[in-house]
Amino acid sequence: MPFRRPVTPLRDGGYRLRLGERERDAVSGLCDELRDLVEADDESVARLFPAAYGDDRQASEEYDRLVRGSLTSGRLEALRIVQETVEAERLDHEQLEAWCSALNDLRLVLGERLGVTEELYETEIDPRDPRAAQLGLYTWLTWLQGSVVDALASRLPDR
Amino acid sequence: MAQTIEAPIRIEEPTAGEERREDRPWIVIVWNDPVNLMTYVTLVFQKLFGYSRAKAETLMLQVHHEGKAIVSSGTREKCELDVSKLHAAGLWATLTQD
Repeated sequence: MPFRRPVTPLRDGGYRLRLGERERDAVSGLCDELRDLVEADDESVARLFPAAYGDDRQASEEYDRLVRGSLTSGRLEALRIVQETVEAERLDHEQLEAWCSALNDLRLVLGERLGVTEELYETEIDPRDPRAAQLGLYTWLTWLQGSVVDALASRLPDR
Repeated sequence: MAQTIEAPIRIEEPTAGEERREDRPWIVIVWNDPVNLMTYVTLVFQKLFGYSRAKAETLMLQVHHEGKAIVSSGTREKCELDVSKLHAAGLWATLTQD
């Protein structure tokens, strides 16, 4: 699996998406779950809405009142686009950007839940770890998002 | 990069001595976190700020190794907007007066 690239740029400006049926089901299920949590403003999605002022709580609350609505609708829109294209073999640029956002949000929420640290990326997952299945899912999302980012970055100028 | 001037024209003479607090620029700081991919952070800096890949990578590495980096500066309004774009991208960003 590590040598397979799920997302590759196409000559027509779009991208090929190579994912198996189970993988697409997993993406879809996770997006459903995240959409429900974002809509319910569940505390598990707090990482998606950080405080803007580290040292000024009142200013952070004002900022939050101002931007929360648009941050929420942007996130729900990305999730909607992923759901709509989850069976697609080809994505356009805007659709792939939505995949990138949604996958990142999924990783942020799952990573926070699992208490992920930078060391995770350098160690094997211990199968006896009660978090093993979820960590496996997180690692798979990381692999998938990495491929999405590489494909998007390939369209940006080198300089 | 070209930057628009957003500060109002000041009519009164600046007072000698210490710079007034409201005149000091605001800065946007991005903090390290264990989830956001290094390649993703570089991509976000390029896309949001129009930075070159080299500049975006330098800033990303500064965040990674030093725990934080100043990624933009300007008026409070501009910095709040930058922070909201970074938050939309899932980065951990704050603004503060320099």
